[in-house]
Amino acid sequence: MKEIACKLLVIGSGPGGYVCAIRAGQLGLDTVIVEAKKPGGTCLNVGCIPSKAMIHAAEEFARVKAMAAGDSPLGIALQGPAIDLAKTIAWKDRIVGRLTTGVSGLLKKAGVKTVQGWARFRDGKTVEVKTETGMQIIRAETIVIATGSESVDLPGLAFGGAVISSTEALALTTVPERLVVVGAGYIGLELGTAFAKLGARVTVVEATDRILPLYDAELTRPVARRLEDLGVTVMLSAKAKGLSTRDNGLTVETRDGQSEKIAADKVLVTVGRRALTDGWGLEELDLDMDGRALRIDETCRTSMRGVYAIGDVTGEPMLAHRAMAQGEMVAEIVAGHRRAFDKRVIPAVCFTDPEIVTAGLSPDEARQNGREIKIGLFPFQANGRAMTMEAESGFVRVVARADNHLVLGIQAVGQGVSELSAAFGLAIEMGARLEDIAGTIHAHPTQGEGLQEAALKALGAALHI
Amino acid sequence: MSEHVIKLPDVGEGVAEAELVEWHVKVGDVVREDDVVAAVMTDKATVEIPSPVDGEIAWLGAEVGDVVAVGSPIVRIRTGEAPSADAPMDDGAEKAPAADGMSAQGEDLPPPPEEEAPDSADAKSAEKRPAEGKPQPHSPSTPPRGNRGTSAGGIPRPTGEKPLASPAVRLRARDAGIDLRQVPGSGPAGRITHDDLDQFISRGPQAGAAPGLARRTDIEEVKLVGMRRRIAEKMATAKRHIPHITYVEEIDMSALEDLRAALNKSRPADSVKLTLLPFLMRAMVRAIDDQPQFNATFDDEAGIVSRHGGVHIGIAAQTPAGLVVPVAKHCEARDLWDCAGELNRLSEAAKAGTASREDLSGSTITITSLGALGGIVTTPVINHPEVAIIGVNKMQMRPHWDGTDFAPRRMMNLSCSFDHRIIDGYDAAVFVQRIKALLETPAMIFVEDR
Repeated sequence: MKEIACKLLVIGSGPGGYVCAIRAGQLGLDTVIVEAKKPGGTCLNVGCIPSKAMIHAAEEFARVKAMAAGDSPLGIALQGPAIDLAKTIAWKDRIVGRLTTGVSGLLKKAGVKTVQGWARFRDGKTVEVKTETGMQIIRAETIVIATGSESVDLPGLAFGGAVISSTEALALTTVPERLVVVGAGYIGLELGTAFAKLGARVTVVEATDRILPLYDAELTRPVARRLEDLGVTVMLSAKAKGLSTRDNGLTVETRDGQSEKIAADKVLVTVGRRALTDGWGLEELDLDMDGRALRIDETCRTSMRGVYAIGDVTGEPMLAHRAMAQGEMVAEIVAGHRRAFDKRVIPAVCFTDPEIVTAGLSPDEARQNGREIKIGLFPFQANGRAMTMEAESGFVRVVARADNHLVLGIQAVGQGVSELSAAFGLAIEMGARLEDIAGTIHAHPTQGEGLQEAALKALGAALHI
Repeated sequence: MSEHVIKLPDVGEGVAEAELVEWHVKVGDVVREDDVVAAVMTDKATVEIPSPVDGEIAWLGAEVGDVVAVGSPIVRIRTGEAPSADAPMDDGAEKAPAADGMSAQGEDLPPPPEEEAPDSADAKSAEKRPAEGKPQPHSPSTPPRGNRGTSAGGIPRPTGEKPLASPAVRLRARDAGIDLRQVPGSGPAGRITHDDLDQFISRGPQAGAAPGLARRTDIEEVKLVGMRRRIAEKMATAKRHIPHITYVEEIDMSALEDLRAALNKSRPADSVKLTLLPFLMRAMVRAIDDQPQFNATFDDEAGIVSRHGGVHIGIAAQTPAGLVVPVAKHCEARDLWDCAGELNRLSEAAKAGTASREDLSGSTITITSLGALGGIVTTPVINHPEVAIIGVNKMQMRPHWDGTDFAPRRMMNLSCSFDHRIIDGYDAAVFVQRIKALLETPAMIFVEDR
């Protein structure tokens, strides 16, 4: 049994873990990172990146299919478009491969030692790793738990066979003829939309009464409309009960209590993700929990001295960029800097069609905080650039305090608006007021002008509506 | 184009140097003949120095607080028709560069160290600010950083609200260990700017910035200039050279107080009121008649004690600028009312700052009184080169044992210090006991007049 000692041990090399390790290495800390699979975690391997690749491929395919249908307003005509999904998947895998190799390289460059294998705590300072060459003991002054999250399954719909999670969905080499998506959160809708564009007949089953229940109805309306255009059936207030193996029919209890059977070649269950707290020896530690997640303070410390936790294992919001910021911060804390997680905003993006971006408070959340607010909404119908891209659905919405015009939240829905998240985040993090945004020249013609116009609108001085 | 040099004039007899206490101009300013350019301070007086010519200030030869020898150049003024390109003659005060300091060569000035808020208040205070860009202690006459202090307030942040600041400001605050909740924000919507943080770091929390107790880590450096420096020097000299012996006695002032009240009543209401001090002054004159060695100055370098015939009593007085000691001359030739009148005149002149050099010099013995503030004992510091100082403590009604009973008496302590090189302890005690006897039986102050 081999034994090594280090200053900092990071368990899990997802976005949180690898960023933490790289920064720690840069800061001269003797750092070891343990990973059972490939570096990059859910995000790079089976999450953000591969799904965006698939969404892009589906989008392109849908575009040419629409042109082939013969009524392209752009006047483009073509015939018989086809997609070879196996090739698409191979292309996606190459992207993933480049990125994970890149992460390995960055870790190496930062002087971080990588140990391949499954880690398990012995105690708060010692971890054993099952590697290919035997058991490796690692003793560390400080340990960062970055084990991430896993897909939640449903009772009666355990993963396996026709029931798949997002991970398997991103590896399908043929388009299923009939796909049922259970759960109309962002993962289900992103993938459901992509498969619809690739040619699957998609039904979405959602237990609540609307899609994307975490977003307000105003924001999700353009998405609902687009799903309808794509021929996706959305069943709201409906519960998936179970899959009969005989005829691959999914039993669904509908809104009015009726039982309905939906034929499905694949059932994609996307009802959320939960902190991965099993299998790495949580029971050996004495950690306070926050529901299923590890409880952390504003410096990502757990209830045990010298044990930090970052990313999805610490609960919502489960976003790669949050984990990265936490990882960077923890590395700096371990290196002796004074840091705390004092971010004002963690923007979130849904890569649905059209895309949704949110940063900060929605109008309802702001009101619930007891604020008098001003709202400015600018529709892309009035935006020149949006028209030239056939992307007129959606809008930019700014929420600000009524008294001092401090921007509390910015949301947008529209084609390609994910890229606006940079501006939204910056504005809020810098403490911008409506006047600051309104007074910034936004390049013409861009969709970003919508942000300036929304701010002007909130100030009662909109120019283009 | 020529240059006129102002040298520090001989500002008083026997004065070899003077301290520059204020500039009225800065480099680039245009002055007319007789405009005041500077103020210097000698031991006893502040003297304003006028410009003898019209011209533009080219160079200032000292910083506020510098001690300048008589005859050394302090200002160079460019005279003649052609004004310099960078400072038009007509309204130079507004347009001249704010280069407000001095350099080795007046012609080769460094650029202004920093352009502060370019308002007129700042431009005026600029002349008082030391130059060269290096941090300088604030002089008491110069409010730190002009009017920027007032802007630090910003909008008070409601309790519980997160401080608004950019990530860079937050990071700097973290690194400096500063809780941003304590920092007032002057930016839009109360945003905390880098400047706010700089001010907070250099000056510490402002009152009312946030509720709760906060650590203060600021240190304000106050450069000693003018009067305060004189006081410091004099006190240090006195303590360094003079081995003090302090003797405290309590005195029953009841009889004197009765007499004082009766005398004050006998006079028209608008005439000078007698205080305790004229009685003390007259009593001191009496005691000095018996022991002239107490009315003396000691030149320890020459080894000569000068016993003065005239009793010139310095009266330590607090003024807004600090401690001054106006002198009541020839108290041996003044009666009680005359002493009272002179005291009045001197204290008003001292407080108004109009006391002449003559009024502020020449004492042979000094009275110091903190009486009104209470305190039972002081250890007065002798007014060098004198040899004795009489300190008056607070008069209070105290129980007094009269042999059979306790009686309420108005008691007062007298704390007196003496130069032990010249005055033996025994003689000091005799002197104080003599004053005590005179004050307790005030008639003796007068009946013994020859």
